[in-house]
Amino acid sequence: MSEPLLEVRNLRVSFRTRTGTVTAVDGISFTVDPGEVVGLVGESGSGKSVSMLTVLRLIDNPNCVIEGEVLFKGNDLLTMSDADLRSIRGREIAMIFQDPMTALTPVYTAGWHISEQIRAHEKVSKKAANDRAIQLLTSVGIPNAESRVNSYPHEFSGGMRQRVVIAMALSCNPSLLIADEPTTALDVTIQAQILELLRDLQSEFGASIVLITHDMGVVSQMANRVMVMYGGRLVEAGSRLDVMREPAHPYTWGLMGSIPPTDGTRAVRLAAIPGAPISPSDSDRDRCLFAPRCTFATDSCRPQPGLIEHRPGHSDACIIPFGERAQRRTEALAPMRART
Amino acid sequence: MTASSPAEPNAPILLEARDVVKHFPIRTAQGRQQVRAVDGVSLKVRTGETLGLVGESGCGKSTFGRCLVKLIDPTSGSVLFDGEDITHMSRRELRSRRTGFQMIFQDPYASLNPRRRAAATVEEPMRTHGMGTDQEIRARAIHLLQTVGFDESYANRYPHEFSGGQRQRLGIARALALSPRLLIADEPVSALDVSIQAQVLNLLADLQEEQKLTYVFIAHDLAVVHHIADRIGVMYLGELVELGGSTEVYNNPRHPYTEALLSAIPVIDTDTEVRERIVLTGDLPNPIDKPSGCAFSPRCRYAQDICRVEKPLLQIQLDGREVACHFPVATGAK
Amino acid sequence: MWRFAGRRALAAVLVLFAISVMVFLIFFATPGADPAARIAGRNASQETLAQVRASFGFDKPMYMQYGLMMRHLFIDRDLTSFVNRGSQVIPQITQAIPVTLSLVIGAAVIWMVLGIIMGVAATAGRGTAVDPIIMVFGVIGVSLPVYWLGEVVNLITQSRLHDSWFAWVPPLGYAPLSDGVGTWALHLVLPWMTLAVLYAGIYARVLRSEMVGAMNEDYVRMARAKGIGEGRVLIRHALRTSLIVIVSLFGLDFGALIGGAALLTEVVFGLQGVGKLTYDSLQNFDLPVILGCVLYAAFFVVVANFIVDLAYAWLDPRVRHV
Repeated sequence: MSEPLLEVRNLRVSFRTRTGTVTAVDGISFTVDPGEVVGLVGESGSGKSVSMLTVLRLIDNPNCVIEGEVLFKGNDLLTMSDADLRSIRGREIAMIFQDPMTALTPVYTAGWHISEQIRAHEKVSKKAANDRAIQLLTSVGIPNAESRVNSYPHEFSGGMRQRVVIAMALSCNPSLLIADEPTTALDVTIQAQILELLRDLQSEFGASIVLITHDMGVVSQMANRVMVMYGGRLVEAGSRLDVMREPAHPYTWGLMGSIPPTDGTRAVRLAAIPGAPISPSDSDRDRCLFAPRCTFATDSCRPQPGLIEHRPGHSDACIIPFGERAQRRTEALAPMRART
Repeated sequence: MTASSPAEPNAPILLEARDVVKHFPIRTAQGRQQVRAVDGVSLKVRTGETLGLVGESGCGKSTFGRCLVKLIDPTSGSVLFDGEDITHMSRRELRSRRTGFQMIFQDPYASLNPRRRAAATVEEPMRTHGMGTDQEIRARAIHLLQTVGFDESYANRYPHEFSGGQRQRLGIARALALSPRLLIADEPVSALDVSIQAQVLNLLADLQEEQKLTYVFIAHDLAVVHHIADRIGVMYLGELVELGGSTEVYNNPRHPYTEALLSAIPVIDTDTEVRERIVLTGDLPNPIDKPSGCAFSPRCRYAQDICRVEKPLLQIQLDGREVACHFPVATGAK
Repeated sequence: MWRFAGRRALAAVLVLFAISVMVFLIFFATPGADPAARIAGRNASQETLAQVRASFGFDKPMYMQYGLMMRHLFIDRDLTSFVNRGSQVIPQITQAIPVTLSLVIGAAVIWMVLGIIMGVAATAGRGTAVDPIIMVFGVIGVSLPVYWLGEVVNLITQSRLHDSWFAWVPPLGYAPLSDGVGTWALHLVLPWMTLAVLYAGIYARVLRSEMVGAMNEDYVRMARAKGIGEGRVLIRHALRTSLIVIVSLFGLDFGALIGGAALLTEVVFGLQGVGKLTYDSLQNFDLPVILGCVLYAAFFVVVANFIVDLAYAWLDPRVRHV
C-alpha cells in the first residue's frame, strides 16, 4: 500500500473575533493518493476553501488558530519552516483560485508571471524560463504563444486567463494541484474547455488534484473520490460512483435534490433543503450541524457522529441505521417526481 | 398529477417583442464602434407560461430583458404588452402600464436599498402608485412578505440582516407588490448557493401557480432553465438561435450552439464512463466585432461556406420549433 | 496616441487662455481696482493719473489692453513691471526658476525616498507596533505647517544653536551651482528637509494604505502560493502596483510646486524663487509680474498633468488602450 501523498489529520481552523471564536474547519481528516482526483464539495460556509488554503498556510490572518497535522509526503506542512514551505509552494503543491480576473498582478505579462515561478524554484536563466513559459502556454491551448507570452493579464479573456494560471501552476511539475472553484466564474462552454484541459493534463502529468467546488456535476465529471463538507465537517466521503449513485448522508441528498434533473425529465419541484446554510459562527457544535435542517433529525442526533465507514470506502456522519438509508433517500427526493 | 401546467397553446399573447435591436455606441482605439448587444430578437410570451432565455456572457439576454420592461429603450423594434405598443410611450403613459410587468434582479446585494427596511422596500412601489391608505399598504406589504416565506418579525429588518437567498425573496416580494401579470427574472438564482437556489426556484413555481403569473426567466444555466421554463429560447451574440418547448429543446437540440451548450453542462453521471462532450474551441466572441454570415460559424463544427456568408434567419419548423441555422442538427442525440 | 496628445495640448492651451483672461479681469475689471492709481501712487493728481493711463494704455477697451499685455508678454517679450519701472517680467521669472527647481527637485528626491521607505516599512510591520509608530511620524509631518517649521528651524539653526551645532549652516539665501555644488547644497539642506517632511508624511500614509490593500488582493495570495518569498511579494507585487497611485500624486504635487506652490518655504528661507516672486508681486499689486507668474505656474501644472497621464499609462498597462 503506497503512502498517501497528502494526509490531513484532525485539521481545525478557527478565527478569534470580537464576538467569539468562529470555527471554519472543525476537525477533518482525509488522504489524497498519488494520481487521484478528489472532489471537495460544499456550499458557502462549509469550510472547503479555508481547509485547503490552510494546507499551504496561505491564510494571512493573525487571529487564525490552526490545529492538527497536514502531512505531505510524510512531512507536516503546518510546522515546517518558512523556507521549506516556500520550496513546496509552487513546486510540489500548486494552487489555482476561482477568479482568473484577479489572480495575476496586472502590471506584469503572462510570461513574467510564469518565469517568476520557475525561477523561484529552479536556477535557470531568464531566457530559458521564458522559453519554457511559451511551451507551457502552448500546452494549455493558448494560440500564438510566442506573442501571447508578452501580453498582460487584462488582454486575455476569462477562459484564457485561467489557462495562463493553470500553465503557471504546472510549470514546476507539482505532484499535487489544488483547484479552488476553478471554473465557477466562467461560462459553461468555457468551463467545459477548462475541465477537459485539466483532465488531459492530469492524465499526462499524473498529478493529484483536489478540486473544490459546489457543483456536483463538475465533481461527477472529474473526480475519483468525493468528499462532502458541511459546517466545517466532513459528512460523507467515498468513491465517485458510490456517492453519486447511492448518497448516504441527508445533506448529500439535499444537494442532489437541489439540482434540476439532468436526464432530460422535468421535476415538479426541487427537493430543497429548508433553512439557510450554517454560518461558521454558530456556536452549538455538539450536535450534528445539519440536524436543524434535516427532515429526519431526532433527539439522538447529538453528539455529532464522526465519519463511519458503512461500506468499504464509503463513509458518512449520520446515525440513521444504514439499512434505512435507501428508503429515506427516496423520501427526501420525492418532490422531484417527474412532471407528466 | 402535474403541479403546474404549461400555458394553453392558445392562451393570449401577453408580451411580444418584434425585432428588438439595442446597440451601444462606444469609442475604442479603433474609433467609434457599436456594441451590438441585441441584434434583432422577436418572440411572443403567452399568458401563464414561463419562457426561459438562455445564453452565455455577451449574448445580450440581460439587455434584452431590460428592453422588455423598458428599463432600456431599444434602438429599434417594438415591444408590445397586452397588445399595446409600449416602445415609444411617454413616461407618463408608461407609468400606469408598468404595474403589469415587473423585474427581479440578479444581484441580491445590489438591488436593495441598504437604508430601507424590508417592509418599506415592498411598500415603495405601492406608495408610488397610490394604491391605498398607509395602513392598507402596510398590511399588504406584510402579507407579501409572508407569501415569500417571512414572518412579520422580518418586516423591520435592514437588507444587511438578510442572507443572499432571503434578499432575493425580498426582491420577489417587492416585484409582486403591484400585482403584476408578468415577471421578468434576470438571473435570479445565479448568485445563490445550490440549496438556496432550489428554495427560490420552488417559491417562484409556487407563486406562479397561486397567482397565475407569467415569467420570462433569464439565466445562463440551461439545467435550471429547463426545469422551470415551458419554452426555451437560446441566444448567441444578440440573436435568438433556437426557440422551442423546453423538454424538446433539451432532448433534441437543433442548433449547433444549443447542442454544444447542452453537452457542456456537467451532468451527474451515474454511468461508469464519463460521456464524451462536444467542446467548443475558441473564446466567446465579441459583440463589437461580429462575424459575417452566421454569428456562430467560426466555432461551429458543422460550418460550411454558406454559413460564413449568409446569415440564417429564424425559421419555424413543422413542429413549431424555431431554428436559425442552414444545417440544423437533424436528430438530436443527447 | 497622437490624437490623444493633440487633444490634450489643445485643452492645455485653452486652459492657459482662460486663466490669463481671469487674472486679467480680476485686476482690471474689478470695480474699485484702479491700476493707474496704484502705479501713480497715492495722492496723485488727476493729470498724473491720466498720463499714467495713457502711457500704459488703460484708457483703451478691455480686450485691447488684454491683447497688448499678451503681445508684450509672448511676442515682444518686453513686458515690464508696473512697480519697478524698467525691470522686465520675463527675466525676473527666468532668474527665479533655477532657485525653485533646486528647492523642489531636492526636496522631491528626499520626500519620495523617505515616504516610500516609511510606507513599505509600515506595511511590512502591519499588525505590530511598527506600523502605528511610523504613521504617527507621518501625521506629525503633515500637521506641522511649513512656515512654522521653517521659522523654528531658522530660529534654531540661525540664532540659538548657530554657534554650536549648526555653525555649518550658511546665512539664509540661495547659492547658485556656479558657486560649487557643496555650497549650493549646504544652503538648501534645511529648506529641503522642511519641505520634504510635509510631503513624506502624506506619501507614507497614502502608500501604506494602498499597499495594505494590495496585500489583501488575490494576486498577492497567488504569488505566495507560487512560493515567492514575502519580501519579493511586498516589493515586486504590492509596491509595484501601489506605485501607480503614488506616481500620479507625485506628478501633480511636483507640477504645482515647480509652479510656485513652495512659496512659503521660499519666503521663510529667503530663497528668491518663483514662489517668492509671486508673493512679492502680489504684495505690490504688480500685475504684469503676477500675470507672468500665474501663467508660468499654470503652464507647469498643465504639463505636469500631461506627464502624469503618460507615466500612468507606462506604469499601468490596463489604461494604454483607452
